[in-house]
Order: sequence, then structure tokens, then C-alpha cells
Amino acid sequence: MPMETQSDHIVRSYDEQLRRVRDMLARMGGLAERQVNDATVALVRRDAALAAEVIGRDAALDQLEREIEAFCIRILATRQPMAIDLRFIVAAMKVAHNLERIGDYARNAAKRSIVVGQQPILGSLNGFSRMARLVQENLKAAIDALVNDDAEAAARVWGNDEPVDDVYNGIFREMLTFMMEDPRNITAATHLLFIAKNLERIGDHATNIAETVHYAVRGDSLPDERPKADSSAYAVVRPPE
Amino acid sequence: MSSTTFQPETRGVVRRSPALASRRKMVDLTVKWLCMAATLIGLFFLASIMLTLLWRGLVALDWTVLTEEFRPTRYGDDTAPKGGLVHAIIGSLIQTAIGTAIGTPIGLLVGTYLSEYARGSVLGNVLRFVSDVLLSAPSILIGLFIYQLVVLPMGGFSGIAGALALAIIVIPVVVRTTEDMLQLIPNTLREAVIGLGAPKWKMITLVCYKAAASGILTGILLAVARIAGETAPLLLTSFGNNVTSFDLTRAMASLPIAIYQQANSGFPDLIQIAWSGALLITLGVLAINIIARAVLRGRN
Amino acid sequence: MGSTTEQTAASAPGFGGMQARSAEALNAQARISVRNLDFYYGTNKALKGINLDLPDRQVTGMIGPSGCGKSTLLRVLNRMYSLYPGQRAEGEVLMDGRNMIDASVDLNELRAKVGMVFQKPTPFPMTIYDNIAFGIKLHEKLPKSEMDDRVEWALTRAAIWTEVKDRLQSSAMGLSGGQQQRLCIARSIAVRPEVMLFDEPTSALDPISTLKIEELIDELKRDFTICIVTHNMQQAARCADQVAFFYLGELVEVAPAAQLFTAPREKRTQEYITGRFG
Repeated sequence: MPMETQSDHIVRSYDEQLRRVRDMLARMGGLAERQVNDATVALVRRDAALAAEVIGRDAALDQLEREIEAFCIRILATRQPMAIDLRFIVAAMKVAHNLERIGDYARNAAKRSIVVGQQPILGSLNGFSRMARLVQENLKAAIDALVNDDAEAAARVWGNDEPVDDVYNGIFREMLTFMMEDPRNITAATHLLFIAKNLERIGDHATNIAETVHYAVRGDSLPDERPKADSSAYAVVRPPE
Repeated sequence: MSSTTFQPETRGVVRRSPALASRRKMVDLTVKWLCMAATLIGLFFLASIMLTLLWRGLVALDWTVLTEEFRPTRYGDDTAPKGGLVHAIIGSLIQTAIGTAIGTPIGLLVGTYLSEYARGSVLGNVLRFVSDVLLSAPSILIGLFIYQLVVLPMGGFSGIAGALALAIIVIPVVVRTTEDMLQLIPNTLREAVIGLGAPKWKMITLVCYKAAASGILTGILLAVARIAGETAPLLLTSFGNNVTSFDLTRAMASLPIAIYQQANSGFPDLIQIAWSGALLITLGVLAINIIARAVLRGRN
Repeated sequence: MGSTTEQTAASAPGFGGMQARSAEALNAQARISVRNLDFYYGTNKALKGINLDLPDRQVTGMIGPSGCGKSTLLRVLNRMYSLYPGQRAEGEVLMDGRNMIDASVDLNELRAKVGMVFQKPTPFPMTIYDNIAFGIKLHEKLPKSEMDDRVEWALTRAAIWTEVKDRLQSSAMGLSGGQQQRLCIARSIAVRPEVMLFDEPTSALDPISTLKIEELIDELKRDFTICIVTHNMQQAARCADQVAFFYLGELVEVAPAAQLFTAPREKRTQEYITGRFG
């Protein structure tokens, strides 16, 4: 890594502004992690109050995204950042957007968990806990990579999406089975499917963040094709004869 | 950076003493009045010279001064013919014109050499020094030089010798102004000309001279004004003549010398004519100075 | 992030230097090749082993802190340095297979091929028409009508014809700073050079005049190989196809503008363009 250590800018307030963007992103990343976590907990424990809390907190994420965006635009207008600074500012705006989308998925999952909680229990939901943990790990690693300018960590996160996809495929098949067994399961199973899809999308956004961080730090892009294991798009269901 | 920024706490502590302020004001006023007093003294003498000159000169200045040649004193006899200065005016014009015509091109070329070709070179520095010495040398020395070089070999005073002496006075003045004016031209202008593929001599003649033209012209005019009033070198070269002469190989009259001779004659009527001659020279030099200023202003 | 974005940027019209040409395309045909060039002010070595290609009909931007040698290199390219005793260059500046800093090369011929525009506008103290005709007369004998045509052509190419066509016989000193600078550009291209050197051409101009000059440079690169020294990095990013960064007499990095300003390879480049120099 040729440019790992950066000396300070001649203009000190510029450094302070960049540090502030970093802080805001870290705060937003932490909040997004918590939203994902709480949404999953609310689902597994059938905790409607916690779910409502998650839904209410999403506004804070939206607000943070707007703040980061406005601040970055101000830096772009006043500092005309170049090279690594330019890449960082652009990355910050993209990451903020990714985190905001993650928040939206978490909120949606929380909403659906309230409905699921009013339906009969379907299986153990262990897959969801596992998936949420994997996604959270990736998200946390991606945010850490951003805060520490660590391109290698980002590359690891980027290549680490496959397990998430595997769990998702499992849940997908499981839910199809529940639905085929008994049509009364369809409401809960469909909502659970969407929740699983939401978690899978959150995982994708975490990978996007990792990709962006890698570009911001290194200045070159990761390859277009990322290892993928989501096979649900090709799944076919045959009802029992 | 931090060392130059004032902390807000210390900013309020700075106290300025009122005594110091009033003392500064006093010094300020004193210096101002001293300067004004010096100016007034200078102006007083200048004005008294000018007024005396105008008063004495205007009384004597009439048509005969401009049309008649030298005549001996009338010994108070008002009916005797009055003399004039036309021989001296013509002589001065001839010698000044030839002096300028010889001195200007030489001065111009030397100034160009110093500015464009000899920057920083030893020869250039020596030349510049010599030229500056010549600029402030007593003009009688120049007269003596020409006396040795021209008058003695020719066997007598001559108009051409006077013109040569004046030319030698013109040269350093023109050298100085030419060099100064060329130096004022920004180097990038020279590089722009060179950058188009122009040889150096075209750069100097087509662009530099044009850019410095009014300055150089001013310098030449000032040189003319200077030699128009020179007396000392002419005493030893053209000597003076009581009749109008166009012959450059003979002694030739000139205004400063005519003034010198008639003012020393002791006859009131001749002294009056000398006064009017002095007024004429002063007005001429003044006119040249005003033209020079106008030319210089025309550029800006 | 991949190749698709670069293609879109390259096909966007009028996007100046950010038309991210690949390094191979830039090096396709060098109009001037500088090889192992050293330059001395007396005993002070101002350029150290410079190797740089100026690609044909493209804009090369040169950036770097004051005293880094970028202007010096520009003045080597048309041998302006030979005006001053004690300055000398060693190495090769190849143009059409000849080493242009060789003493056998005719200076006036070289300068007709390599025109230069300076930091401050340098109109000659003569009429607008004569300013343009001056350079032409140095190299060609044209009849009056052809001379008129050439003057009009040069002024049109420099985007100043409509502003001055009614006062060709008035003094060039009466033009505004931006107009004077475009007049100087017209004066240079009237000689029909192949390479145009710009030494901080807009640092004495207001922002609008600056943009006009930049637009002009963008237009001129269809016909001329251009090299521009600038302290304004945004300007280099806008105008230049490739950018060279100089530091302490060395060429630190040369890369397509889009790459150099977004992802420079060298740490010193990065520190300079992001404002981190200590």
C-alpha cells in the first residue's frame, strides 16, 4: 500500500471537515447495524414493541443521510477535493445512501415481524438469526474498513457474501415447503420470505459499501463479477401429487 | 501559523499609552513643518530668479534683439543704432542642432548596447560607469578636450568644434535615458517577439524602440535643453563671434557666450541686451522641458 | 466502477481533459519527445533526467509547485533559455527526428514551429492588425490581400475576430486583459506553428476571460499540439489530456488527466494535488 499514511492538509479546517464526515458515517453505520440487529431480535422473540421502536428510529437514519450529503456537497463546492479526498467524499455519499437503504430494509423487516408475530409459529427461525448475524458481521466489517481506510478488509467483506446467499437459499426452500404443507402458512411464510430477502439485500448493500471503500482507498475498482450463491432465482416448485 | 494568531484573551490586554500617541503626533507635525519650510526657501530663491529675469529681460526685449547683430555700446546716445543677438541665436541653433545630430545616434546605440547586449558583462559595466562619470563631469573639461583634439590641430576656434563639444555632452544623457527606458520594457515582451521567431535586431528596432519611443524622445529633448545653455565648453571651442556666421570652420557666436561677454562689458545698454538673451534661453529651455513632459504624458 | 463508466465519460462531448484516454492512445504518436533532459541555471541543476512525450494534437498539462521546473521545461521546448547566458540544456528534445536543442538547429525556424503564450498578455505597441502581421512578416512574404486573409483567419481562430474586426487599426494596448491574451494567441497561431506552449496563460485574467481561453485551448487542440503550464489544478483537469507533475526538477508522474486527478500512483503527486504538501 503506497499511500497508507497520509500527512495533514495545509488547511487544517479541511482535515477537520473530512474527519467529521468520517465520524458521521461511523455513527450512521452503527445505527444501521443496530436497526438490523433489533429487527431480527424483534422477529425471533415476537417482540412487537421492539419492532415499533425500529420503525420509529428509521427517521434518524434518513436525517443522517441528508446531513452527510449536504456536508459532502459543501466540501465539494468549497474545497474542490482531488485524488484520495475526492474519492473519499464521493464514497461517503454513496455509503450514506447504502446505509439509508439498509435502514429501509430493516424497517420493512420490523413491520413484517409484527404481522408474523400474530401468526402461528413456523419452525425455529434459526436461519434468520444466522443470516442476520452474517449480514451484521459484513456490515460492521465494511464500516470499520471505511473508518480505517482499510482496502484489504473491504476486499475480504466483498468476497464474503456467499454464506449469506447460502442461508437465504435454505430459508427460501424451507418456506416453500411450509406453504406446500398447509395453505394457512402462506401469510407468515410470505412475510418471512420477504424478511429473508430484505436481509439478503442488506448483505448486498454491505458488499457495495465494501466495494466503494476499496475504490476510495486504492483508486482502482474490484472486478465486475462478485462470487454469488443466490440460486433462488432459478428455483422451481412442484406441488405434491 | 498558531504563533501569529492572537488569542482573544491577550487581545484586550494590549494598552496603548496616550503620552506615546501625543509624542508621535508632535514628531509628525515637526517633520511636516520642516519639509514645508525647506520647500518654501527653495521656492523663494527660484521665484526671485525668475521674477528678476522676467522683469529685467522683458524691459530690454524688443524686435531689434531678434533681428540685429552685435553693435558696440551707444554710450547713452539714444539715436545711435541698437544692437541685437540674432548672430548668437543662429549660432546657438546651428551648434545645438549639429551637436544633437551627432550625439543622439551614438548615445542611442550605446544605450541599446548596454541594455540589450551587455547586461551583466564587464565591458558593459565599465561603459556604464564611464558614461555616468561623463554625465556629471564639469563641462569645461569637455571644452578643454575638444580644444586639444580639434581646435589646436585646426589652428583656430570653429563652430564644428563647439558642436562636437556639445555632442559629447549629449551622449551620456541619451545613453542613460535610452538604457533606462529599454530596461523598463518587461522581459516577457522581448521573449514574445523572440518567441515568434524574430532575430534580435528586429526585436530591438521594431518593438523595443517603439515601446520606449516617448521615453527616449524625452531624454533627447532634455539633452537639447541642457546643451542649449552650456557656456564653458563653447568658450574653448567656438569662442564666439560678433557677426552672423554659417561657416563651421570659423569661430561662431552662441547665446550663452554672447550673454557672458555683454554682461561683462560694463555698459548698461549691452547689459540690458544680455538680460533679454538670458530670458530667451530660459524660455527656450522651459519650452523644451514642457514639450518633453507632454510627450512623456502622451505615452501614459 | 469498471470499464463501462470510463467509456461513458470518454464519449461525453466537451468534457475537456476528463475524456479519459487510455495511456496507449496518449502515447500513440508523440509530436515532441523529451529524452534524458537535464537543464542548468549556471551550476544549479533545474531539471533532472526528464523523459516526456507530448502526444500529437493533445493537451499536455504541467503542474507542480513554484520552482519545480515546469516552466523551465516549457522554455527548453522553444529554446527561450538561449537568450540568457549561463543557461544550458543537455539531452534530447526530439521533433521530426531532430534534436531541437542541438546548436545546429536554426532558432528562428524552431520558434516558428513552436509558438508560445505568456503569463501576462504581451501585446506589441502597435495596431491590432500589425500585431498579427508582425509574426507572419518574419517568415513569409505575402501580398496585401493574402495578409488580410491570414490576419482574419488567426483572429477568428483565437475567437476574438468579432470583437476587434471594426478596430483593426487601433492600438492593441487599448484591449482588455483577456482580449490582449487572445490577441497574443492569435499572433502565435498566425505563424502557423505545430506546437503551442502556454505559460500560465490565465493567471492574470478574470474568471470569465479564463474560461474563454480554456474554451479556446480546447478548440485549438484539433490542429495544434499544446503544452500548458498552470498553477490551477482544476484548469489542468479541465484542459489537459495528459498531466505531468513536477517536483524539485524531477518529473514525478505523468498520466491521463482523469487518472492523475482521481487516482495518482505516486504519493508525492497525491500530496500535492490534495493540498497536503508540508
